[in-house]
Amino acid sequence: MDDLIVKTITRLIIPFIQLYGIFIILHGHLSPGGGFSGGAILGASIVLYSLSFGLEKASKKLSHETSSIIETAGILWYIVLGLVGIFMRGFFLTNRGAGFPMGEAGGVISSGMIALITLGIGAKVASTMITLFHTIIKED
Amino acid sequence: MKKIFFMIVLAGLLVLLITSVMEMPGIGSIDNPAYNEVTRYYVENAVKDSNAPNIIAAIITDYRAFDTLGETTVLFTSIAAVISVLSLGHHHKEHNNTDEKVEKHHG
Amino acid sequence: MELIISIIEHINYIAAAALFVIGLYTVLTHSNLLKKVIGINIMETSIFLFFVSIGYVSGGSSPIITLGEKQIFINPVPSALILTGIVVAVSITAYSLSLIIRLHETYGTIDMDEIMALRGEKS
Repeated sequence: MDDLIVKTITRLIIPFIQLYGIFIILHGHLSPGGGFSGGAILGASIVLYSLSFGLEKASKKLSHETSSIIETAGILWYIVLGLVGIFMRGFFLTNRGAGFPMGEAGGVISSGMIALITLGIGAKVASTMITLFHTIIKED
Repeated sequence: MKKIFFMIVLAGLLVLLITSVMEMPGIGSIDNPAYNEVTRYYVENAVKDSNAPNIIAAIITDYRAFDTLGETTVLFTSIAAVISVLSLGHHHKEHNNTDEKVEKHHG
Repeated sequence: MELIISIIEHINYIAAAALFVIGLYTVLTHSNLLKKVIGINIMETSIFLFFVSIGYVSGGSSPIITLGEKQIFINPVPSALILTGIVVAVSITAYSLSLIIRLHETYGTIDMDEIMALRGEKS
């Protein structure tokens, strides 16, 4: 849609939405939120961009193949983190028995596998929202 | 006519559900059967086992990480299903358009 | 009097049952395919409400441990189970909407009575 007010406000407000989404993903083990809600907020910001500026300009910023690659990378990252536990003589998907750095309770870099899994889940949910929207809207 | 029949049957279902729900212990009481020893273990030992103050994040990524792997697979499967259904229709439309253009050129 | 007190104590479960019946009526009555998808979403929302309000403990706080104090927390296990359920609901809605797009391309309408009449003529 070609509306001047929507375009101006969208251009001003999208960095704040993305900053809020990245904050929720990074502090997934300290405050309420976690991977799923942070990923949904990031995906919603890109959907807002492609709604107000048209589909061609949004495809130039984040093409279809890039979001497909990010999505498959998310699930492969999860499986690699699980296999680290088997290589270190533990079980599949362990945290303390596989030698991840634990840190102290309450810091940002702490608690081993939890922060890495949260990053993977956030990226995967965001790219799922973007790919679904572009596939349903495309008409050629 | 059909709507009134549906409404009577669904009103009967609503009465059945409400009389079953009133038998449960009230909201907020601490002696309902869902607050058992598994929950007490999770609440007391989450910080010791994984150094994370958020108990729900510790449950879904440390104690029960296998269920989260299954849910990630469900997300991936939905993307694969949507792409396979929608791109098949778009390819059919393109083939029909090129066939019509070839016929107009020859005829 | 005890009946009114008992109703106020169980108000979340009664609302979940009412939402379920409303969603089921929407699926059965309307003949437009999009309204049926919305009815399925309403039924899923009622089940999420029922599950999460099982875990409430009166006087408890949200399950984030602040070091040094001893509090009563609510039950975190039903909330952790429902996170997976919400994602499954979103996936089912996305797939059924893509099937509706394909139906519209083939038959030209989204009304279920007209689609069944057209299929009855062809065979």
